[in-house]
Amino acid sequence: MSALPAAAEQALETFSQPISWEQRARLLMAWGEQLEPLTDDERSEPNRVDGCESLVWLVGHFSEGHWQFRASGDARLIRGLLALLLVRVNGLPADELSTLDLAAWFSQLGLARHLSPSRTNGLQAVLTRMRELTLNAPR
Amino acid sequence: MPILSPWRSDFPALAALAADSQTYLDSAATSQKPQAMLDALLGYYRAGAANVHRAQHLPGERATRAFEEARGKIARWLNAASHDEIIFTRGATEALNLLAYGLEEHFHAGDEIVISALEHHANLLPWQQLAQRRDLALIVLPVTTSGQVDLVAAKHLIGPRTRLLAVSQLSNVLGTWQPLSELLALANTHGAITVVDGAQGVVHGRHDMQQLGCDFYVCSSHKLYGPDGVGVLYGRAATLQRVLPWQFGGEMLLQTDYYTAKFRPAPLGFEAGTPAVSAVIALGATLDYLASLDGAAVLAHEAALHAELLAGLGARPGVRVLGAPQTALASFVVEDVHSADLAHLLTEQGIAVRAGHHCAMPLLRGLGLPGAIRVSLGLYNDSGDLQRFFAALDHALEILG
Repeated sequence: MSALPAAAEQALETFSQPISWEQRARLLMAWGEQLEPLTDDERSEPNRVDGCESLVWLVGHFSEGHWQFRASGDARLIRGLLALLLVRVNGLPADELSTLDLAAWFSQLGLARHLSPSRTNGLQAVLTRMRELTLNAPR
Repeated sequence: MPILSPWRSDFPALAALAADSQTYLDSAATSQKPQAMLDALLGYYRAGAANVHRAQHLPGERATRAFEEARGKIARWLNAASHDEIIFTRGATEALNLLAYGLEEHFHAGDEIVISALEHHANLLPWQQLAQRRDLALIVLPVTTSGQVDLVAAKHLIGPRTRLLAVSQLSNVLGTWQPLSELLALANTHGAITVVDGAQGVVHGRHDMQQLGCDFYVCSSHKLYGPDGVGVLYGRAATLQRVLPWQFGGEMLLQTDYYTAKFRPAPLGFEAGTPAVSAVIALGATLDYLASLDGAAVLAHEAALHAELLAGLGARPGVRVLGAPQTALASFVVEDVHSADLAHLLTEQGIAVRAGHHCAMPLLRGLGLPGAIRVSLGLYNDSGDLQRFFAALDHALEILG
């Protein structure tokens, strides 16, 4: 398994510190602000992830053995969660992505609760969509 | 003067939730349970479980007696004409599905089913699907801005082709009482079958079936401080005869051979298989507990707390309450704030409220909202709960500001 991407290292360093829920929320929103925006065309119905309380779109591109995802949403905290997801998965070789334990990743960041089954914020639905995209892609 | 609930200590979960730093304001989703109900549940199992309506042995006889006594308690709570008008189901949803399947024979292509725009999915989908199966027209009554079914429109839309009217008593999103007497009268004029979804309404005040005059009334135990897994279908005896059994199995039949069967009349003919014996008995205990309270005092407490909730929401700039809630709950949105963000930050602060579409997607869509936050009250809530909610709301809005 290759080393963490630099942005993921940075996220881990920031979020794994003992911080209050309020700091965590502010940090999430700040990370969300850094998401690269999607074009109007990309914010399309086929790219929309069902099962979210807010609108979330996920776009994935596969080239030369690596996945590159982009995502956005209309709520601020979910955008933060998306940003933290993307820094962990982007640029990974396909085989590494398929075995990556993303629940553990969010757990390391102190955000495990956002993946609980009763949550409707959509992070779980985003992970499911990501899995579908990667499974259906040519290897 | 802060409003205190004299009944709070009757519900052990309130102290447990407080110890967990949780403020429970989601009683419209499900309620906490009184000690009396917990005692009955445990007591039944501890004294010896048995199946009902089958065995001649003592535990079976005891369970059957307690089970049927609970049926009688519900009949009295709703002032049904007879305990045979009370059918146990797995929940309000199942009760509505029972009707949509059990009444299917009476519908023919082109007939109309009338519901309202504010129905919970449980009182929408069974009828929508019945309409699809039988090629019926589903007519949706519009709702006024305050949140009541529009009676002017209803007068035009309920007509000679209307075979069935199914409406909520109290909206689970808007907290508004619906004009049932007018709507039921309109339906009766045209000989339509009437169904009232009392899932929310039954929790607040007492409702007299003989006075209300609907054919069917549906509610669930778990919102009424009882256990989950039990719903109640009240059916007026005469109309109940028109319902065919929809689930088949043990104890709902009089006799059968391999190829044909003769079924029991209501209620047992609609209770195939082993019912939720413990939960039904415990629901009976809940009703005993509720009957022991001063009903007027409970209503006054709920009204005062609801007024405090509305005043607090009204005092906050940017907060928009949906409709004009009358009882027990209020849904709201905040200008320029996504309700998913607000829900996230309220959750972080231990405020248990509901966010999203509240199982009424078309209603929210009609209001042009992706979702809303709903605060709902039980008889155990007090001013302290609301103060914690408002403090958390202010804090969340400050962070999101």
